[in-house]
Amino acid sequence: MDIRKATLHALADGLAKKEFSSRELCQAYLDRIDAEDGKIGAFLEIDREHMLQAADAADARRAAGRVLSACDGLPVAVKDNIAVKGERCSCASKLLEPVKSPYDATAITGLKARGFIPFGRLNMDEFAMGSSCENSAFRRTVNPLDPARVPGGSSGGSAACVAADFAPAALGSDTGGSIRQPAAFCGVVGVKPTYGRVSRYGLVAFASSLDQIGPLSHDVEDAGMILDAIAGVDRHDSTTLPAAVDSYAAAAVEGAKAGSLAGLRFGLPKEYFTSGMDASVAKIMDESIARVRALGGEIVDVSLPHTKYAVAVYYIIATAEASANLARFDGIRYGARKEGDGLVDTYYKSRGAGFGDEVKRRILLGTYVLSSGYYDAYYLRAQRVRTLIRKDFEEAFTRCDLLLTPVTPSVAFHFNEKNDPLQMYLSDIFTIALNLSGHCGISLPAGTDPESGMPIAAQIMAPALGEARMLRAAAAFMRK
Amino acid sequence: MDSTIDIKYVADLARLELSPEQSEKLQRELGRVVEYIAELAELDVTGVEPTAHAAALTNVWREDAAEPSFPRAEMLANAPGTIRDELIKVPRVLPGEEE
Repeated sequence: MDIRKATLHALADGLAKKEFSSRELCQAYLDRIDAEDGKIGAFLEIDREHMLQAADAADARRAAGRVLSACDGLPVAVKDNIAVKGERCSCASKLLEPVKSPYDATAITGLKARGFIPFGRLNMDEFAMGSSCENSAFRRTVNPLDPARVPGGSSGGSAACVAADFAPAALGSDTGGSIRQPAAFCGVVGVKPTYGRVSRYGLVAFASSLDQIGPLSHDVEDAGMILDAIAGVDRHDSTTLPAAVDSYAAAAVEGAKAGSLAGLRFGLPKEYFTSGMDASVAKIMDESIARVRALGGEIVDVSLPHTKYAVAVYYIIATAEASANLARFDGIRYGARKEGDGLVDTYYKSRGAGFGDEVKRRILLGTYVLSSGYYDAYYLRAQRVRTLIRKDFEEAFTRCDLLLTPVTPSVAFHFNEKNDPLQMYLSDIFTIALNLSGHCGISLPAGTDPESGMPIAAQIMAPALGEARMLRAAAAFMRK
Repeated sequence: MDSTIDIKYVADLARLELSPEQSEKLQRELGRVVEYIAELAELDVTGVEPTAHAAALTNVWREDAAEPSFPRAEMLANAPGTIRDELIKVPRVLPGEEE
């Protein structure tokens, strides 16, 4: 069995044809992880015994003719901010290092219901705050395509894991690009679903109005298979949308089969093509536009006039929400406690010792923009500009079916290349507005930088709940 | 608008212990970020409704019915300290009390 670049759907076929068992499959991934992850650093921990037990159970179901779905027995790796019952969930933070999840996130429940085997704890920027995985408190994750470069972040472990063939697919989370950017840097597919499409129950909250769980995978159909398992309304998350769940994998299969974009209008937001992207990225975008045309798609120019404010709005709203969400981590009820002189001093010391620099930066910024005298000028104003950004997208989607944009201004950067926090924040320019607007997007490997050999991605964005349309188009776009 | 940030004051609000070196570094770094986000002041947002949430859902109801909750022992297993396996042990709250 060859697991290199193996897709979920190909492996599902292999299981169905009894070419291999789930145990053999899981063991093959574990062997590869044992041989290679010392160099890559994608995982913080793996409960091997538990994974193989789950594989045996899947094999027993299959032998008895009672599979839970075609995916029964397929492993999917999990970012360390998503709760899996009985496993630790640290968000790559010292403060949560000792914590074990007492329950499954709804996304995990959805995967298990179809027989997927969620496993491992994938490295990430601490509390999902970062664009390079350099903010993990525990280990460095390198880009499997060039170990001198970052894998992206914050779902850097997830992207590296799929690119290194440590799992056929992985779950990540996207608050400002944290699935799409690492997917772009590592040359894999990554989806940020519409806000409210996937339950956030069991996802450790960073910025509650922006966070979404989504898949990273080798191809569009696989992303659809994961979405099929995790999308939908959830009584544990009152922000989930009650709309019916489409068949996302089927949409991708349909798109790949048709191999045509005829009848679809792609908008090019001019603000995404005027500012600071590297020449190699611009070249791949030109090729992507040509590919859309060659497949019968129509290209129109659109405008998202408030794009230049998106990074500022994001770093106000996301940090404000983070400062509130992370207030609960005080070393009292769970997590690492550092005893001080009484209760309040224990808060100071536990938080001071438990959080890394970037998390502190964001808590402080968020506390500042919410503090008396600044609330109206920063937080309330940012929420108003957020409305303008959302309206920009809604206006654009009256003129086109989908948007086509870059994902990142450059290929994966080198370690320590972006030392200045503001420079790091500005590198999120092409992904961040979509979280503010709540619409969905997919990062697709679209070409290679000839100089560095690193992958470059194109992004397709769709209106709210437009995942099926987006995946159909993405699969057609990616057809070889 | 004044874009200096009083790190000590903000760190107190956030109950965050910082070393003097950290304070100085964060003051500098956050000063630049605050300068950057202050550019929003140039936009006219008169009459624009704030967006708190991308999903326009209001009042999601559920039955007000008692349901089984998580087992106490499992939830307490994550606490840094417990008393009699039923309470979370917390540090002294008021000065002068016995531990």
